[in-house]
Amino acid sequence: MVGQMTLKSHRFRTEREQSWRELETILKAIEGRGMKSLSDNQIVALPRLYRSTLSSLSVARATSLDQGVIVYLESLSARAYYILYGSQVSLGKRISTFFLRDWPLAAKALWKETAISAALTLLAAVLAFILVKNNPDWFYTFMPDNMADGRTPAASAEVLRETLYHEGGSDGLGIFASFLFSHNSKVAMFAFALGFAFCIPTAILLLYNGFILGSFIAIFSEKSLGFEVGGWLIIHGATEIFAIILAGAAGMHIGKAVAFPGELTRTESASKAGGTASLLMAGVVIMLFFAGLLEGFGRQLVTNDLLRYGIGLGTLSIWLLYFYGPRRVEDKL
Amino acid sequence: MAGVISQRRVDQRRLITPEGIDLQVQLADIGARIGAYVIDQIIINVGLIAAFFIIIFGGLSAGPEVAITIFILINFFVRNFYYMFFEMGPKAATPGKRMSKIRVASRTQARLTANAVFARNAMREIEINLPLSFLFMSGDSVDGWISLLGLLWSGIFLFFPLFNKDRLRAGDLIAGTWVVRAPKPILAKDLASEKVDLDSAYVFTPEQVEAYGVHELHVLENVIRANEQQTVMDVAERIRNKINWSKGMSEVDLDFLKAYYAALRGRLETRLLFGVRRKDKFDKT
Repeated sequence: MVGQMTLKSHRFRTEREQSWRELETILKAIEGRGMKSLSDNQIVALPRLYRSTLSSLSVARATSLDQGVIVYLESLSARAYYILYGSQVSLGKRISTFFLRDWPLAAKALWKETAISAALTLLAAVLAFILVKNNPDWFYTFMPDNMADGRTPAASAEVLRETLYHEGGSDGLGIFASFLFSHNSKVAMFAFALGFAFCIPTAILLLYNGFILGSFIAIFSEKSLGFEVGGWLIIHGATEIFAIILAGAAGMHIGKAVAFPGELTRTESASKAGGTASLLMAGVVIMLFFAGLLEGFGRQLVTNDLLRYGIGLGTLSIWLLYFYGPRRVEDKL
Repeated sequence: MAGVISQRRVDQRRLITPEGIDLQVQLADIGARIGAYVIDQIIINVGLIAAFFIIIFGGLSAGPEVAITIFILINFFVRNFYYMFFEMGPKAATPGKRMSKIRVASRTQARLTANAVFARNAMREIEINLPLSFLFMSGDSVDGWISLLGLLWSGIFLFFPLFNKDRLRAGDLIAGTWVVRAPKPILAKDLASEKVDLDSAYVFTPEQVEAYGVHELHVLENVIRANEQQTVMDVAERIRNKINWSKGMSEVDLDFLKAYYAALRGRLETRLLFGVRRKDKFDKT
């Protein structure tokens, strides 16, 4: 008669249950207090228990109709899988590899995009410079009112000179604080984020940024303050504008991957490009941070033009060396 | 109950381990993810407000400028590293995600790297803070239009998870990750183990246990586990009719169902061993 004996699947379950429970205990210990809390025996047992649980799962799927067991084994195996094949790098280690390897390598890998994005900025700056030089009215087209802050073609040379060496009374910390929410860090973020749409918004943003830069320089050079404004800009601009260019490059890298995925699917291509681009972007955030410090303190304390040029060009060459300088061959991203 | 089963199927994704077994992970649903996000934001903001007061009252001697700058720095670091710190841990989940019983996982067979966690969280800024910054942008005539367009555009990022079948954020897409359910495994009692003391009363003929397939067995299992009086009564009635079982004098519906469940499972599992999986009652194999 049917149903007289104990079910095979039930016997299977009773026999194996002990080892499942054991695995569960170990997993709980790891998730709670980390790998270090395990005894030697437990560490040796972990892979064995994991494999036997996986095999239990296959057997259960093939022979048992007890949903409880299958659901349990699935979630237990998945949990063990995530621990055994999970992220095993500590945050500290991660941060140090980021600075030593990942960030400069990401910048180097995207050199083409960086070149394009620098070229766009430069092109726009030159264009705006020439336009504003010939007809100062162009200035009002390029420059948003709130950014100009009195520095218009109508202002006298004295007023303009004043703006280069005094920041309207607030001290360095205050400027640094407000910097974190400033125009340029927003531009950098947007340049990256908008790259998604096949690079086009990023390119427009970079051009726009270049226009502002060019027309800004133009009105100063009109009053023969060209050399001075250069110093004022370069001391933090070398870092900040470079950061924006890199952000644009990161955005374009993703945009390019989405537009031309090649052999991969668009999703795969985006995620492949995104890995490098987001590393670079993390670096950009750090650069903007430095730029903020330079803008807040450096520009306040250093009012000598040559020294400003020195610091600006110095930081620029440090960045260039850091990103594109020679490295050992085995370092590949 | 059928609803639960089909929802499992919709959310189910393949995850093949290096050992070659499909673990069939379940995607986290949108509700759980919003819940996790809200909890995390509450934790971050309560923490920051506390830090704010500590700094303001502790740092007045150094002047308000210094205090505010320090706070902005803390704010910057906490907002950026909170998610990364927790998602790089063994649970790959922030406190909010843990409470919602979900976690971050790699979409491919490759392990979840710290890089991926970094990437998916670097995008967070853009997905959530970008729409907000457009929303609060000061708008005069032209800028108003630009910020409206910007809001629409950045809204694409915000609602991205709703428009793809794997519920990926833009950050997940880029990082090659997704968010899956991570329930605590609980081994439910085997229903077939309870039948021993019932055996003598319930003996089914082979024809009687031929009536149903695996699907019905699982529905029956759910009914017994839920143990709602009305449902148990109805289901017991249906089964009795189907298999021509005459109800005994002191027969309890639930006991009958358990006994029938055990018998049906025994029968179906035996056939399973011979390579026949009878899907449901319409399956004639």
